[in-house]
Amino acid sequence: MDIFFQQIINGLVQGSVYALVALGYTMVYGILGLINFAHGEVVMIGAMVALAALQALLAAAFAPVLAVLLSLLIAVAACMALGYSIERIAYRPLRNAPRLAPLITAIGMSIVLQNLAMMIWGREYHSFNLPFTSNSHHLGGAVMNDVQIGIVVVALVIMAGLMWLVHHTRTGRAMRAVAENPAAATLMGVDINRVISVTFMLGSALAAIAGFMVSANYGIVHYYMGFMLGLKAFTAAVLGGIGNLRGAMLGGVLLGLIESLGAGYIGDITGGFLGSHYQDVFAFFVLIAVLVFRPSGLLGEKLAERA
Amino acid sequence: MKLHRSSGHLTLAIALLALPFIIDALFGHGWVRIADFALLYIMLALGLNIVVGYAGLLDLGYIAFFAVGAYTYALLGSPQFGLHWPMYVVLPLGALVACGFGVLLGAPTLKLRGDYLAIVTLGFGEIIRIFLNNLNAPVNITNGPQGISAIDPLQIGGFSFSSSYEWMGLRVDDVHLHYYLFLGFTLLVIFVSRRLEDSRIGRAWVAIREDEVAASAMGINTRNIKLLAFAMGATFGGISGGLFAGFQGFVSPESFSLMESIMVLCMVVLGGMGNVGGVVLGGVLLVALPELFRNAAGPVQQMLLGKVVVDPESLRMLMFGLALILVMLWRPAGIWPSTQRRREFAADDGVLRQEQETVYDASK
Amino acid sequence: MTQASDRLLDLNSVGKHFGGVIALADVSLHIRQSEIYGLIGPNGAGKTTLFNVVTGLYQLDSGSFQFAGQSYTRCKPHLLAQAGIARTFQNIRLFANMSALENIMVGRHLRTRTGIWGALTRNAAARAEERATVQRARELLEYVGITCAHQTLAKHLSYGEQRRLEIARALATEPKLLALDEPAAGMNATETVALKALLQKIRASGVTVLLIEHDVKLIMGLCDRVAVLDYGKKIAEGVPEEVRRDPAVIAAYLGGETTTSNLSPLPQAGEG
Repeated sequence: MDIFFQQIINGLVQGSVYALVALGYTMVYGILGLINFAHGEVVMIGAMVALAALQALLAAAFAPVLAVLLSLLIAVAACMALGYSIERIAYRPLRNAPRLAPLITAIGMSIVLQNLAMMIWGREYHSFNLPFTSNSHHLGGAVMNDVQIGIVVVALVIMAGLMWLVHHTRTGRAMRAVAENPAAATLMGVDINRVISVTFMLGSALAAIAGFMVSANYGIVHYYMGFMLGLKAFTAAVLGGIGNLRGAMLGGVLLGLIESLGAGYIGDITGGFLGSHYQDVFAFFVLIAVLVFRPSGLLGEKLAERA
Repeated sequence: MKLHRSSGHLTLAIALLALPFIIDALFGHGWVRIADFALLYIMLALGLNIVVGYAGLLDLGYIAFFAVGAYTYALLGSPQFGLHWPMYVVLPLGALVACGFGVLLGAPTLKLRGDYLAIVTLGFGEIIRIFLNNLNAPVNITNGPQGISAIDPLQIGGFSFSSSYEWMGLRVDDVHLHYYLFLGFTLLVIFVSRRLEDSRIGRAWVAIREDEVAASAMGINTRNIKLLAFAMGATFGGISGGLFAGFQGFVSPESFSLMESIMVLCMVVLGGMGNVGGVVLGGVLLVALPELFRNAAGPVQQMLLGKVVVDPESLRMLMFGLALILVMLWRPAGIWPSTQRRREFAADDGVLRQEQETVYDASK
Repeated sequence: MTQASDRLLDLNSVGKHFGGVIALADVSLHIRQSEIYGLIGPNGAGKTTLFNVVTGLYQLDSGSFQFAGQSYTRCKPHLLAQAGIARTFQNIRLFANMSALENIMVGRHLRTRTGIWGALTRNAAARAEERATVQRARELLEYVGITCAHQTLAKHLSYGEQRRLEIARALATEPKLLALDEPAAGMNATETVALKALLQKIRASGVTVLLIEHDVKLIMGLCDRVAVLDYGKKIAEGVPEEVRRDPAVIAAYLGGETTTSNLSPLPQAGEG
């Protein structure tokens, strides 16, 4: 039973990260109908920049809390710039091209970012330690530390903020309008290019925060970390119903739970044949299952075939 | 005219036959080996071309089928299980197993939109690798990250492609023999691709790529025809993988990373989607250039900067990534496009474009 | 009422909804062998939905339809094409980057058999079939009056030619029922006249035609019988003259209450 609670907590924490990244996929998909393959790499860049900034700030004798906040802000700013550039370079020129074209540039972009990161930061794992101790709290038989609590709380606040932004601001209304019908939105005077840029920047900001969180939680960063994370967050977005913001959040948390419970119990289920290193496989099976049985996801509207 | 053509073919045939010896004489043994690998990659790229180029389905985990073929060969022809089945059994079996995996993966996902397929195949490629990496405990099947070594060489009867022979004073080494073997398979794959391209099946693939709804309204069973493309591509991947295992004598999960999938995709995209000639060209370029690059990047950095700043391998991947982006932006149909694809990517006043314009161009 | 055996397509209380929106409610139609049957109605009346149901693009939610003696509720598009229903699309869906000839050859897919083996070996049967396919495609191009080079890409054809190529492609599947979704949309007067002649020629060859059209004049001059849809319901059916005078139809088109006058001519409906 203790394992069960522990895995629930782990799942919630990891799921919060997935949810933030999934939001980035889902927003872009909602507006452009495009899978932004490079999104996972944005998360990785966010983590790398945050680490570099954090180390520099601490070396410059900034107060720990201030250094953490500032490094997060720097990472967010860097990722927003990155997201904006990705869209301008790799996607915007291809908006009228056949569907395959932007998918291919997206993959190209992802490879470029990954290898740039490897050149700058090397192939090795870097440890990512917050400059204060993270106390552990016992809940029942399970343990949750400050960082994990922080992750869940920050994720909740950010998601609430995003929902507010989308539903109660001019920009949010423009985003929804473009997602609904780009041509009509344009006729109503919405600057579609601006909306798309804003969407990419917002998604990238969330990615930076997620990158920071996941690194703080595991204590390491690596140039390859964005790939699997991105794949899983995309799965989360599909699970919830791609294009649907609430769906991305729900899908993220659910996937986190599925994964952590699956990893906790896979040994028992398969009689020890498969161990917890198959954790990464779950997301994939969830993805296939969703696509087969409910392609529109849990909260998605049925995507009528283009007729 | 006819005479002219056949004499052209003859010249080409002689050139292809003499090539390994020319390469050997000019650049040395190592480059003949590279030529062998180039042929394996060309086979892979041609297989992927059926899926991406003809049917328009983006498969990002294509290397998984290569892996399946390679591991089938490795498991049935190595000391791993003490099985030493002959090549003419194991190679087709590997192709069949790869084909089976293709169908298994394709059946549930091919009815979905293209970008879902891309991500599912991407995941599939990783999953296969995870399994290969971890299926060494509690029952050792794949030998985990260490991989399987001492794989039987490619041989038919008593004739081994991994030995040296001397014919009329001409020394023919393993790299030469493999070259001819792989050349034979590559020509077979080219033949199959060309024949299919210009047939009822090939037209159905292109029709699906152009407009799936219209294709199904014309009575094409889109799911089955897509599945056929997928299975066909997987089969070629499986054959190529088996040859790879026999040639290397060693396989490990490392050889089947996502980057390999991307590299094969690059060959297809850069060379020219849907055009067999372009894909072959893409394969040759993408195997040869990085090798040159690898040999040059280190020394050049040494010379200019006094030390090797950037790992040539990651520089190579960076180039691939950049090439994918730049080619899509500036020459989207590839270096040597098929006539059809060229028309498609040349965005002139077509139906397609009109349709898309109504969505996006209103903003300009 | 005609004998059941004369009927090609019977819709029995077909219903279709999208979420809360009812697109088709309890629609019953009976299309006879070798007639030209017109379907009209204001925008959003459910005409194209009905088309998509009959051609398998949408699955119906209630009711069923019979085609050529076979009953269907859920069916895939390619199976309905196999059964003998071929269609065109409101917003032309040709294979834009294939030549005119190739477009029609794709239409022959259904009635040809060459598989992988035939494609690889190019045996006598495969070669003969390929020749016949090309031959038939050429005939069809001529039949619908496309005279330009056969290798011209579909997207480079003129608008009217694209419409006709779509019809030729549909005819290549050897349909019993040819379903045309606004074939005259965007055509000029001359092209419309030619289209009318073409449709009469097709009907004379024994193919039944189901036609959605906004050009009421074309419908009235061409169709044997006409049905009117409004808000997903069939509000009238009959020969053009009857329908033209039907008060419910006039009301639907004028958007007002039913007038006592039964003489008001139908207005030309707006574009789609």
